[in-house]
Amino acid sequence: MTWWNDLLQTFLDTLGDLLPIVVMVLVFQFLVIRRPMAHPGRVFMGFVYVLLGLTLFLVGLEEALFPLGRVMATQLTHAEFIYRAGQGVIPAVHWPDYIWVYVFAFAIGFSTTIAEPALLAVALKAHQVSGGAIGTWGLRIAVALGVAVGIALGTFRIVTGLPIHYFIIVGYIVVVIQTWFAPRMIIPLAYDSGGVTTSTVTVPLVTALGLGLAESVPGRNVLIDGFGLIAFASLFPIMSVMAYAQLSALRVGRRKQEN
Amino acid sequence: MQILYTLGRSLLNSVRDLLPVVLVVVFFQLAVLQQPLPNLLQLTGGMLLVVLGLTFFVNGLQMGLFPVGESLAHALARKGSLFWLIVFAFALGFGTTVAEPALIAVAGEAAAIAADAGVIEHSEHAQLVYADGLRLTVAFSVGFAIVLGVVRILKGWPMHWMISGGYVIVVIITAFAPREIIGIAYDSGGVTTSTITVPLVAALGVGLASSISGRNPMVDGFGLIAFASLTPMIFVMIYGMLIQ
Repeated sequence: MTWWNDLLQTFLDTLGDLLPIVVMVLVFQFLVIRRPMAHPGRVFMGFVYVLLGLTLFLVGLEEALFPLGRVMATQLTHAEFIYRAGQGVIPAVHWPDYIWVYVFAFAIGFSTTIAEPALLAVALKAHQVSGGAIGTWGLRIAVALGVAVGIALGTFRIVTGLPIHYFIIVGYIVVVIQTWFAPRMIIPLAYDSGGVTTSTVTVPLVTALGLGLAESVPGRNVLIDGFGLIAFASLFPIMSVMAYAQLSALRVGRRKQEN
Repeated sequence: MQILYTLGRSLLNSVRDLLPVVLVVVFFQLAVLQQPLPNLLQLTGGMLLVVLGLTFFVNGLQMGLFPVGESLAHALARKGSLFWLIVFAFALGFGTTVAEPALIAVAGEAAAIAADAGVIEHSEHAQLVYADGLRLTVAFSVGFAIVLGVVRILKGWPMHWMISGGYVIVVIITAFAPREIIGIAYDSGGVTTSTITVPLVAALGVGLASSISGRNPMVDGFGLIAFASLTPMIFVMIYGMLIQ
């Protein structure tokens, strides 16, 4: 029974997300533009598909992946797993002990980003607009690598307890420097990909990882150290997408020189 | 036949998109944690729903959200009314953010933290006012961001100057903002853009850039989402400073 309740609740939530957009589109179409919409039936079906698709997507994640992922995040960060059972006293925090946490952070950051629907939407648009020059997979893998590195570094920060703003400010400086050297065409897209990575799939799992880690590492405060992984996950894709464009530009340049 | 082929292909694409997550979870469960997979039936059922959902979503994008965003952008650009374009941009940013469930959750959490820190009174009413204020601040800043992004497309201002400037402002304000608000401010940049808003905003930018002569949709069309993730950080920190 709860299964159906979940489905209904998610459906209503998604509808709540979609309705303001539908109302606004209709208001502008009929009051400001005052012209009938092209292919109204097709567009209507498109909205129904989006509503249906997102609902099924979220319910499926909630049924299958999230419970397992959350349990996994807590188990991997649990003192018992890290120091193995039997060691009565937890020794001082020694960051290499948490190696599996970093590996998990990297892997889950990469794989959830590949499945992120908002990123897929932007990648489709970029592919279409660039006339195929930007592959949907190239962009998505570049963003996913950025998220993976960002989250792995974020968990390292929680373990060591270093202040978050050091990382963020250094990150911003790197981004600003990269911006001056990256091909102009990629810059807006790179900045956009920082914003789209953190939605439906990545956030719940990554938040569970951060909170579990801050709870189990001695001397960390859940409120101060538990959050902030999201900030890492939005910063690093900007760097990786610009790096991806720089590398492709470099390769094209070298090929031209050879010819 | 054609429809079946297309459907099959997009289903396969969705499976491929989802495969990495499944592999990671299975690997960690079996090899690292060395535990059996619980409730295999529920797991498979859930994955089937996810694959179906992603397939529907992607097709719905191509049929609904993308064309609507672009045709509205074209029509508003052809109409030549700057006023309506800006009203539309603001309404889109504000309207899609103010009711966002993720934002409501974050605002409530932030109010609880603020009450614990003694910034506001420890009463339900004070927390509610604080949370609503925060929510309106974020929604306003997203509306402002889309307007700024649209004006940038119209004028052809270079993206890197505006974003670099924005980051400098974020860094400066961080130095003055109260400590409790900083984490929330940084996270609020991430929660503003939902999975439905992103495609529409992307289509709006690209449609606008391609209907104005002299603008390149690649160089000028993207960047709206970046503004929408940047301005909430600035406005939320200012909000935190004002409340104090």
